[in-house]
Amino acid sequence: MSLGTWIEVAYIFSAACFVLALKWLSAVPTARRGVITGVLGMALAVGGTLLRPEIESYRWIATAFVIGTVIGVPMAMMPMTAVPQRTALSHAFGALAAALVGTAEYVLNTHLSSFTMGALAIEVVLGFLTFTASLMAFGKLQEILPQRPITYKGQNFVNVGILVLAIGTAIYLIVHPGSLILFLFMGALALVFGVLLIIPIGGADMPTVISLLNAYAGLAASAMGFVLNNKLLIIAGALDGSSGLILSIIMCKAMNRSFSNVLFGAFGQAQVVLAETQQKSHRSATAEEAASLLLNASSVMIVPGYGMAVAQAQHKVRELFDLLTKNGISVKFAIHPVAGRMPGHMNVLLAEANIPYDALLEMEDANSELPQTDVALVIGANDVTNPAARHDQASPIYGMPIINTDRARTVLVIKRSMNPGFAGIDNELYYLDRTLMLFGDAKSFVSDLVKEVQGQLAT
Amino acid sequence: MNLDLLLTYLYVFVLATFLGLEIIRRVSPMLHTPLMSLTNAISAIAVVGSIVIAGEQKTTLTTVLGTLAVTASMINIVSGYLITYRMLSMFKKGKPVKR
Repeated sequence: MSLGTWIEVAYIFSAACFVLALKWLSAVPTARRGVITGVLGMALAVGGTLLRPEIESYRWIATAFVIGTVIGVPMAMMPMTAVPQRTALSHAFGALAAALVGTAEYVLNTHLSSFTMGALAIEVVLGFLTFTASLMAFGKLQEILPQRPITYKGQNFVNVGILVLAIGTAIYLIVHPGSLILFLFMGALALVFGVLLIIPIGGADMPTVISLLNAYAGLAASAMGFVLNNKLLIIAGALDGSSGLILSIIMCKAMNRSFSNVLFGAFGQAQVVLAETQQKSHRSATAEEAASLLLNASSVMIVPGYGMAVAQAQHKVRELFDLLTKNGISVKFAIHPVAGRMPGHMNVLLAEANIPYDALLEMEDANSELPQTDVALVIGANDVTNPAARHDQASPIYGMPIINTDRARTVLVIKRSMNPGFAGIDNELYYLDRTLMLFGDAKSFVSDLVKEVQGQLAT
Repeated sequence: MNLDLLLTYLYVFVLATFLGLEIIRRVSPMLHTPLMSLTNAISAIAVVGSIVIAGEQKTTLTTVLGTLAVTASMINIVSGYLITYRMLSMFKKGKPVKR
């Protein structure tokens, strides 16, 4: 067999490794094996490629490997709260690589067939737009850029106009390839479009946006495979694209948004509803009272939201979890799909705090257990516990699946004050007879709870 | 690329997409963050195209573009696999509750 054939064989094994890696990632016990298999797949792909006869010199490749590793290792050591930002940045790098390779291919090949040019245009447009869009998402997540959606009159018209212009340029280039200026113009339009796409999107929509950018980055890599005649690229890109697609659909369902709404980027309109001014009464409790409620319960469901992570309360929550479970109280966590800043983020945050993963329940499982639960403890979550989503058609969150916290026998809510949260929607849960408000910062209140529980156990 | 090749590649693309949809649907929602960081590392397979461009050294411009692309992909490979492994190491099973 020739060297070229051996390289193809390496690519086939590499593709198989990637499929197995994702298969093994489906459950916790096999997931780490999945990562190792993924590394093996990548090693085969890179190793095979390094043997290719077209390569004249390894100097720049080696330099890039070193720089990439030096930047990559610290990026992997970020705290779990920063994982969404890191992911957005990675989407940006992945998409940039695809766009740059596409540009280089265009510069090198003056006579491109129309099919190749079509794939190249998709690669470059998707690559550049995902690059700037991901950088914008990174800026919003890192809070360098304002979290609030920025909207202006005719925004959709401008966005669609720029996209249509970019696609029009691409079609012209497919028919008449060879103009570098037009090619760069198309790339520039894609870069601008990426920025404009994210401007109107608010912080709360980031889980959907990040999933969508994941899909785009994958599709750009797949399009690169069409250009370079490389099936491994097509397969790996398609796997990434389908993963992003599934996660976007799950996030859409969890926020009750239509998928087409997201696909066209016309989402994230600020739904600010003024809180009702009428006075409703609520009851509050002290840490001492809350602690004795928890100790008298036989089952407790904790409903964490991103507010818990913002307050850095998760380690204190773990202490509370340990104390209660040691005393024979069953403690579970109810995880809403959009809790956190990206899909599955809350699970990782709790796992980092050493909370065992078998205590983490998905929304459906939590909802079937809640009616038999003695105490539900809400920490830093708001909209996902609002019963209005089930019955109040006037509510902006009507139809959104929620954690039915109000079905528990007693509900404890840790909150700074009665002010409605970021979305500006008043939460009915807080005014129920069975609800007790615990006013304070999540971290300090949970540590007070821990002290009270310890004190009451000692006596 | 001619029409025959395009069709072959479309076969590969469509089949890989369906396979991906089937496999990824089965991934536990608990692991969606590691899933995204792993697929992100896998899509850094763009390194394959970047290596060739950076190594061919046909023009200065393309060598620069290729080297930048290899660097960007390498960042994703290293940080993507490492952070996924780190995250998964945090998932531990609890001890059974004794009454």
